[in-house]
Amino acid sequence: MSTHPTTPSQTVGPYLHIGLPWPDGPFAVAEGTPGAVWLRGAVYDGAGAPVTDALVETWQADPQGRFDHPDDPRGAKGTPGFRGFGRCPTDATGSYAILTLKPGPVPGPTGEQAPHVDVSVFARGMLHRVVTRLYFPEEEIANAQDPVLNSIEDPRARATLIAHREEGGYRLDIHLQGEDETVFFDV
Amino acid sequence: MSDTSHEGLHVPGYVRDHDTHPSLDFPFYKSTCLRHPKRPLTLLPHMLTEITAPVLGEDRLGALDHDLTRQHEEEPQGQRIIVHGQVRDSDGAPVPHTLVEIWQANAGGRYRHTGDNWPAPLDPNFTGVGRVITDERGHYRFVTIRPGAYPWKNHQNAWRPAHIHFSLFGRAFTQRLVTQMYFPDDPLFFQDPMWQSVPDEKARERMLARFDYDATEPEWALAYRWDIVLRGREQTPFESEEEVLEDDE
Ligand SMILES: [Fe+3]
Repeated sequence: MSTHPTTPSQTVGPYLHIGLPWPDGPFAVAEGTPGAVWLRGAVYDGAGAPVTDALVETWQADPQGRFDHPDDPRGAKGTPGFRGFGRCPTDATGSYAILTLKPGPVPGPTGEQAPHVDVSVFARGMLHRVVTRLYFPEEEIANAQDPVLNSIEDPRARATLIAHREEGGYRLDIHLQGEDETVFFDV
Repeated sequence: MSDTSHEGLHVPGYVRDHDTHPSLDFPFYKSTCLRHPKRPLTLLPHMLTEITAPVLGEDRLGALDHDLTRQHEEEPQGQRIIVHGQVRDSDGAPVPHTLVEIWQANAGGRYRHTGDNWPAPLDPNFTGVGRVITDERGHYRFVTIRPGAYPWKNHQNAWRPAHIHFSLFGRAFTQRLVTQMYFPDDPLFFQDPMWQSVPDEKARERMLARFDYDATEPEWALAYRWDIVLRGREQTPFESEEEVLEDDE
């Protein structure tokens, strides 16, 4: 079917900061929104050093598990003031922080998916983004039934996708390589 | 229709296009060494989160984001060019109303970035950042200046070919693409790991703009055309099943 071959990916390079960050990028919801939580973490390379020139992007459903997008077969329906999308460059400590609302469960082909956030990481030294998912630690039952989490056999690897509760929200560190390497997805 | 199609929510996924892209592990580009995952990627079936994406509108754009030559008091140094093209998916369908972001070096090959301090002058009249939304036919158009090549430290006497960085959202999370546009006949490709990281020669050429005489503006600007192709939809078994039913009726 596909007749037109796609355009190759290239790295964002070291100078992404002039073009990609937005002043409101880290705010998928405005500060002060009831129920808003911070998703924070740091990105590390294979030597355990913080990746200080990465860009982290998040995409997720709203608290009702809905997407304000025409391809959601249930109809485009979002939460006013909620963008669903966050974008944050990492700082001198490799850290990112995105203010958002916790997503609701999202239907999948074989039942419900646990609440989750799709995460992309772009950086110098990466010729293509890597994609992971953030899941929530208090959703033990839903996580145990999630088709994506259950597709990962090694419990240690699966644990790299579960955020930790912390003051004001959640924390998920991302390890590009090494012993604690995060599970990345072929999307 | 089977029972599972009632219970679950099947959505059409997007075609996987691994053959097109560089491997994350590409030793000639030194910075990949500590930044590529060593474990195999886990297959993620495309579900609702993957087939949707932020719907970003005109409110993301400043009045002069499409014209990088008019963002300051005076015009920047360098050769004024038009860069335009169409964003389509691999089925040939235009990708309308999608955000395209670009950033680039100035005519001397220097970025307005604190990390770029090689001895080429900054241009007070050039920021090097642009944004547009594609029109209903997927077309985009920028006015800018032709960026210069610049040195970097990857290998002995390393120079990046002139390029413009592009970032695209498409209509789905799966279509997100960050890439670079190159200029025809650049003499620096032979030693550039970014260019060479794309395994297929034909795929490399898809990063190349073509000189577009028809789109030049007489006595004002040369033009380059660069079409961008994002991944297209694939049919799910569920969809084909439906089609078969329709055909039968
Ligand atoms: Fe560059």
